[in-house]
Formats: sequence, structure tokens, C-alpha cells
Amino acid sequence: MFSSFMSSINDFVVRFANVNGTGSASANLLFAKSIFRMGVPIAPKNIFPSNIQGLPTWYEVRVSEKGYLGRRAGIDLMVSVNPQSMKKDIESVRPGGYFLYDSTKPLHPEFIREDIHYIGVPLMKICNDEYTDPRQKQLFKNIVYVGALAVLLDIEFAVLETLLAEQFKGKEKLVAPNVKALAIGGDYIRKHFTFPLEFKVERRDLVGDSILIDGNSAAGLGAVYGGASVVSWYPITPSTSLVSAFEEYANELRIDEETGKNNFAIVQAEDELAAIGMAIGANWNGARSFTATSGPGVSLMSEFLGLAYYAEIPVVLVDVQRAGPSTGMPTRTQQSDVLSAAYASHGDTKQVLLFPSTPKECFDMMADSFDLAEQLQTPVIMLTDLDLGMNDNMSKPFQWDDSRKYKRGKVLNAEELENVKTTWGRYLDIDGDGVPYRTLPGTHPTSGAYFTRGTSHNEYAAYSEDSDTYVRIMNRLLLKLETAKTLVPKPEFYLSEKQSEIGMVFFGTTTYSACEALDILKSQGITCDAMRLKAFPFNHEVKDFMNRYERIFVVEQNRDAQLRSLLVNELDLHPNKLIKVLNFDGTPITADFISQSILQTLALA
Amino acid sequence: MSYIKPKFHHPLLPKNNLGYTRKDYEGSISTLCAGCGHDSISAAIVEACFALNVEPHKVAKLSGIGCSSKTPAYFLQNSHGFNSVHGRMPSVATGANLANCDLVYLGVSGDGDSASIGMGQFVHVVRRNLNMVYIVMNNGCYGLTKGQDSATADRGSISKGGDATLFEGIDLCSLAIELGATFVAQSFSGDKSQLVPLIEAAMSHRGFALINVLSPCVTFNNNPGSTKSYTYVREHNEALGNIDFVPVGNEITTTYNEGESVQVTMHDGSKLRLNKIDNQWDPQDRLSIISALKTAQQKHEILTGLLYVDKDSVPLHVKLNTTETPLNQLQEDKLCPGNNRLQEINVGLR
Ligand SMILES: Cc1ncc(C[n+]2csc(CCOP(=O)(O)OP(=O)(O)O)c2C)c(N)n1
Ligand code: SF4
Ligand SMILES: [Mg+2]
Repeated sequence: MFSSFMSSINDFVVRFANVNGTGSASANLLFAKSIFRMGVPIAPKNIFPSNIQGLPTWYEVRVSEKGYLGRRAGIDLMVSVNPQSMKKDIESVRPGGYFLYDSTKPLHPEFIREDIHYIGVPLMKICNDEYTDPRQKQLFKNIVYVGALAVLLDIEFAVLETLLAEQFKGKEKLVAPNVKALAIGGDYIRKHFTFPLEFKVERRDLVGDSILIDGNSAAGLGAVYGGASVVSWYPITPSTSLVSAFEEYANELRIDEETGKNNFAIVQAEDELAAIGMAIGANWNGARSFTATSGPGVSLMSEFLGLAYYAEIPVVLVDVQRAGPSTGMPTRTQQSDVLSAAYASHGDTKQVLLFPSTPKECFDMMADSFDLAEQLQTPVIMLTDLDLGMNDNMSKPFQWDDSRKYKRGKVLNAEELENVKTTWGRYLDIDGDGVPYRTLPGTHPTSGAYFTRGTSHNEYAAYSEDSDTYVRIMNRLLLKLETAKTLVPKPEFYLSEKQSEIGMVFFGTTTYSACEALDILKSQGITCDAMRLKAFPFNHEVKDFMNRYERIFVVEQNRDAQLRSLLVNELDLHPNKLIKVLNFDGTPITADFISQSILQTLALA
Repeated sequence: MSYIKPKFHHPLLPKNNLGYTRKDYEGSISTLCAGCGHDSISAAIVEACFALNVEPHKVAKLSGIGCSSKTPAYFLQNSHGFNSVHGRMPSVATGANLANCDLVYLGVSGDGDSASIGMGQFVHVVRRNLNMVYIVMNNGCYGLTKGQDSATADRGSISKGGDATLFEGIDLCSLAIELGATFVAQSFSGDKSQLVPLIEAAMSHRGFALINVLSPCVTFNNNPGSTKSYTYVREHNEALGNIDFVPVGNEITTTYNEGESVQVTMHDGSKLRLNKIDNQWDPQDRLSIISALKTAQQKHEILTGLLYVDKDSVPLHVKLNTTETPLNQLQEDKLCPGNNRLQEINVGLR
């Protein structure tokens, strides 16, 4: 029988089952944004296959009064406009939930579940009656269901109308027919069903000055602000939109006013090897440059990353992770490149990593990564993932300090070269921080030239196979990593008043669900101190935290507990005290999953 | 009594217009095998840069991996060098060039480096018409890894071990022309009088300039039966005749008979005067050189000289509409749009 809901305000999940390429995306965004505009936190997510047209896509919006932005399992309301996935879609509705479908044709009896509610709206019939143009029939179908949802969920029509007006700015003719489609959908519900549902939206003031943007766009914008001027890339989901965003923002913000010429250059490379090679060449020559890719690209870039590490060339790489191994699930999320990025390339290498978890952090860390790379003269890899990169996330707004100067690191100009007292050595550690002084091509007619090489070299950049020299340079690179620990962002802590017995560690997009899980645990009387990692190498704050607790849950989105391995390996921790909490099915991790895993472990102990 | 040390190495060494001697364009002592063709090419590079009055520090030398790719250590010691990874020099050169369009980019590669592992990058750097000189030191084998056949080894060419090459050799010049290269030359490490003006011309070209230089490997591929040996190349070399490179501001002094010579004015105003011995092709006509190369191949001849030039070539920077100030010189005022613009962007995201 129907298991009824407790009525709930601003706390539910709606999922849309669409057909890829039918214009549903803008209707779905309209729906999500209207709730956001009503001051209620939302977490929208795209779930899509890796082809362009024809296969089912889903769009899911979690509405959360408490501001929980992680994925939550269980669909309260399914909007089904894709017959292809209908069976699966009906199954995914939670008992007592709702299934809104196009009732132009009756539902096949096998689709009837006793424990859910059906809301039939004859979308196709309505649109066939109203519109003649086939394209319009298709497009307005989407708007009609948004209108229906507005009535079911008590979304303010005025807000929807404002959003439409903004969307069609300059094409005002389109506003009225859209508003009409909304009204048609709403009227149908009013006439045929009781409304609103027991879960619905109520205006709040909970989003403040938040913005709604995907992590890739934020990172692309961050690169413009961070001064990147040469960008090379090779298309790969889910990183492609990062470079597109850079290009769009650069076209808007970086065209020289006097000359009309570009104060940037973008090259679509022939592959990822070339993409990273170009970025390295540009940085070697003193321009800030980056490339963006995903797991398969990182594998290809590995040789070059070793060169940049050993020859000490700054370079910035963004890895928007997806589910591996190999081509894996290109459109599903994972955090499974932690080890391949941290130790990218053969031989002894360690790379600097940054782990943003919000669009604001994508922006900030992207801009900071150029400072870090140039200060440290080494690659900096920003690890995001598909979930953050390709979904709109509610985020604190962007901010830039206009007095900020780029930290270009130790680069000698002509005058400084003249004043060098002793002989300048490209790989000579003058300051004892492991970071030598570099020069750029073309600086000085007679001094400062050197030969950059990936072969073993001495402090003066001369080829050397002398063992002592080799060991000295390799050890200095470790010293540089110590310096890196003082420059990379410190972790964020979520501590209880009294130190708890157990700890939790996570990073990146696991954060939202992990924080929600902390609340769930607390409601069950379990306090847990937590740490969110923001970077590798781990600074001493990380080490202190890891040493403070007997048992620490390491929550991450891969099969092999890669972060845990990295922690054990780098901090000499006893593996037994680090307990794995792993979700690697390609969907974003949920708070329920985390809290359940921890509760189970605690019950067994 | 006082003793004043002379500023230059030797007062009697000739200087170029900038006051530099040849020594200023040299590098460290070569560690290649005595007689290696690559060393002669290094010497030709020194000669060309000296003659062309290039500021040594305004050149960036880039290479991949191989005996050939080591040579940038042996010339232009006052230029920055970048010995990158095997086959990937073109991408590094592309990035470097985008960062600073004001330097001369001199890439050095081997036939293994360019025609095998680096074929992809070679093809694409040609296609983008990056403003650089790209010298392939072509010995038909992998010198550094002890003489295996490379992809430019001709079918039937006999290796040191006595085996005949099974596969068709890749002709980098034909390929480059097919790909739309804007300057293609071929030469022989043993023909300095031809190679030096070709390098000068390549450095004056605005766009991608390929010089494929046959450069015998004395240790692994100089045996009888090899088509990349000194003897074979000398015997089969079909030189295009004299090449005069006339730098900007200089006068052409030699005279040629009407119809026997071609004059090309380069983008920077320098002039190339080619004395045509053979009238079978016009270096400004792509189709004619394609067929000339094919014919030569059938006759087992090696055409050398300037094969093709497009003096209206449009390099990558121009195609991309990049600003004329080198990108690596732009500061915050040009790079960072500032907080006001950012706040406007925030507004659009609510
Ligand atoms: C990724 C990679 N694979 C293989 C090698 C080994 N290797 C070094 S040089 C070389 C071939 C060089 O041949 P070529 O470019 O013709 O230069 P040459 O020595 O003949 O001048 C090879 C295969 C390498 N350095 N890197
Ligand atoms: S092995 Fe061959 S290519 Fe290498 S240095 Fe010796 S002669 Fe030259
Ligand atoms: Mg070779």
C-alpha cells in the first residue's frame, strides 16, 4: 500500500529522465534555478551517457533546506519523458514517491507499481494541440512539465517568468509562448490533481550571495585571472568544458582594447603528449600556461611530467577525473587518479596536487596553481572530478584582490644576472629551500644561458653521471617538496569540542556528503573529528591529525583506497588504523553510504 | 706597467656586424663519433648564425632525444637550449614560441625522433606553420641506440649487419610539402657551401622551415649498400646549383642569365638567389616540386637545395591573432581583468 510521507519543506529529490539532445537541459535548469532564486539550496547533477544524441540522460536536483549538497539516494519525484528508460525510472522511485509521465498513451500494466503515485500529464497531446511546428512541440513539452512541477511543488510562477525573461533577453518574442507553456502545464495539474504535494518548496533566505556555476567554468575563469596566457589541450570528457570556458572568458576579458588582438593563445593539440609539451615549452619561456585533461590524458602526459619535475619547469595541469581504468566510464565520476597523479612518471617523482571541492575553490586554486608552479618550478596538478567539473554547484561568489601581484618565483632578469657574484648555476640551491634560480631565453647576451635537459645534470645544468651529483640533486628535489608543504593550502578541520575517538579524512567532492554524514553520525550519538585535505604533499597539520586518532576513516571515490595508500606511504602510518570507506560505482558518494559504512564498522568493532 | 686583457678572444678573429666572432656562436666540445655528419651540421649552424648577425641569446635551441638531438650543446653556447623528450620537440617549441614570438626558434631532430616516435608532432607542427627552423639530421638509423633502421631508411638499403631494409622509407621533404609546409630544403652534411645559405634562408623565413640534412652515421650506417652513407649520398646528390643568400640591406652582386635563376624576397627583406641548373621545377610551385621529387626518387637521385618556399606564409601567431607583445611579457594589467569584472560575472550566476 502507499507508504505516506511526512510532509516536508525544501527537502526532496527530483529526477528528470530525458532523451539526450532534445532541449531538456535548459528546461531542467529553469526548474533548478527557480528554487535557487526562492532562496533554497539546491544541488543539481547531470547523469548522462557518453554519446551525443538518442540515449537516456538524467538530471537530478536535490533540494535541501539544510544546505546538504551531496547526492542523496532515493527519488521522491521522477519526471519521465523518456519511454526508453521508463521501466528503470519507475523502479528508481522510492516507495511512496511520485512518477510524473506523459499520459498521451496509457501506461503499460507492467509499469504499474502499487507503492508509488502516478501523475499523468498528456504532454504530447497538449503540445500537438497547441503548436504546429514540430521543433516547438518538442521544446515546449519540456516547459509544460516545468509548469506542472511548479504547481505540484509550490514554485512561484513569478520567479519562473523572471528567469525566462532573462534567458530570452534580446529575443523577447520567445518569452510569451514559454510563459504560456508554463501556464498550460500548471493548469492541467490544478484541474486534475490535488496540489501541492506533501513535499514542496517554501521561500527562504538560505542562499545569500551564492552563485551557481560548474567547477570547470570556475577553473577556466580562475586561469584567466591567474594570468594564464598559453593554453594547449586535447578534447576529453569531462575536462573539455574547462578550456571552452577559458576561451569564452578570454574572448570577453582578454582582447587587447587598443589592438583588438588576443592577449592569450589557445592551441588544440594533436594529443595529450603535445598538449603538455606545449604547456611546458611556454612555461619554460616565461608565460603562464596550462592544459586540462582526464585520466587517459594523464597517462599519456606522464613522460613529460617527469621531465618537468626533473628539469624543474613550472606547469599547471588540471585532471578532471572520471571513472577508469582505461576508457572506463567516461561520463561517470571518480577520484581514482590520486596515485597516478601524485607519482606521475617513471623514476622517483612526486608531484604537487591541489584538491578543490567547490567552484570557488576551483577558481581560487586554479589562479593559485600558477603562483605555486612558478614559486616551486615544478608541475602542479589540480585534481577535480566530473561531479564538480560538469555540474552546477552552489558556491560562494568569486572574489579577487586587485592589489594581488602574481608570484613569479625566482627568475633572474638581465640586471640581476650581472650582479650575480659567483657563477650562476641553474640548479644551485642558494637559499636552502631547494628552489634554485632560473633564467628565461633571451634575457642576457652573455650570461644565464643553460641547457635544459631531462638527463642527469649537476648544479650548473651540465650533463653528469656522477653518482654523488645525482644523489645530491635528487635529495634537493625532496627539500623542495618540504618547501612545497609550507606553500600549499592547509587542510580544513571539522572538530568537535572534545577530541573524538575516531577521525575522518576526505577530499574534493566527497566533502558535501562527508559533512552531512558527520551530522548523521552525531544524531546517532557518535562524534567524529574530520579533516578535509586540500593538497599534496601533506603538510605537518595533516600529519598531526593523522597521528592524533586511533582509528581514522578515509573516505574516497575509488576502489583501491588510493588516498589511504598515499597517506600510509608518505606519513609512515600503520595501515591498520586507516579504515577504507570506498564508493566507486561512478555515481557521487552519498552521506547515507558514508554513515552506514562507519556505523557498520563501529558495530563490528 | 699594466696589462689590459683583450675583451674578445683573439683580436685577429673576424667579427660580424654585431662584433661577435665565430667563437661566440660555438658550443661545448662534441662528444659524437669522429666523422659523424651531425658535427658538420653544427658547424654550419655556427657559420650561418655568425654570417646572419643573429644575437646569440635571441635564439632558442630545442631538440628531442638522439645523437642528433644532443648537438644543441655543441653550438650557440649563449643561447638557451632545451633537450626535451624523444620525438616531442615540436610541442615544446610550439609552446615556447607562443610564449615569446620575438626569438628565433631552432629545432634539431633526428630521423628516428621525427619520422617514428615523433611523426605525429612533426606533422602537426608543419601544419600549424610554426615560425621555426626545423633541422632533421637524417642518417637513416637510430645512432644513439646502436644503429637500428629508422623509418627514413630506404627499402633495400643494406644495414651494417648486412640486412636489407624491408619497408618503404619515409621522405620527410615530400611529406612536409604535402602537408603544406612553407619552406622545405634538403641538403647534405658534407656540402657546407649549400647548407649554410639554406640555414640562413630558413632563419629568415617567417613560418615553418624544414631542412632535411642527410648526415651519415659513420659508426652504424656508412657501409657499402647503405643509401645514407657518405659515398652513396655524394654519388647520388643532384644539387639545385648555387644558392646565394643576400641579407637585408646587402646588394646582389652575382649575375645570372635570364631564365636560369630565381629570386625570392623573404618576409624580412633578405633575398634568395637560386641558380637553376635544371629547369624541371620552380621552388615557388608546389606541384612542380612534388613531381620533381617523385622523378628523382625513381632515378635514385637525391635532390638537394631549396625545394619549396612560400614567401607569403602566414605563421601560427598571425593565424591565432595573438598580440605582438610577447605573451611572456604581459603583466597583471593586461592579464588580470580585476575584481569589478568578477563581481559582474557573479551577478550573472545568481
Ligand atoms: C620514450 C623513449 N623511447 C626510446 C628511447 C631510446 N632512444 C633514444 S634515441 C633513440 C633513437 C634516436 O634516433 P634518431 O632520432 O634518428 O637520432 P640519431 O641518434 O640517429 O641522431 C631512441 C629509440 C627514448 N630515449 N625515449
Ligand atoms: S653513433 Fe652515429 S649518429 Fe651517433 S654520434 Fe656516432 S656517428 Fe653520429
Ligand atoms: Mg638517426
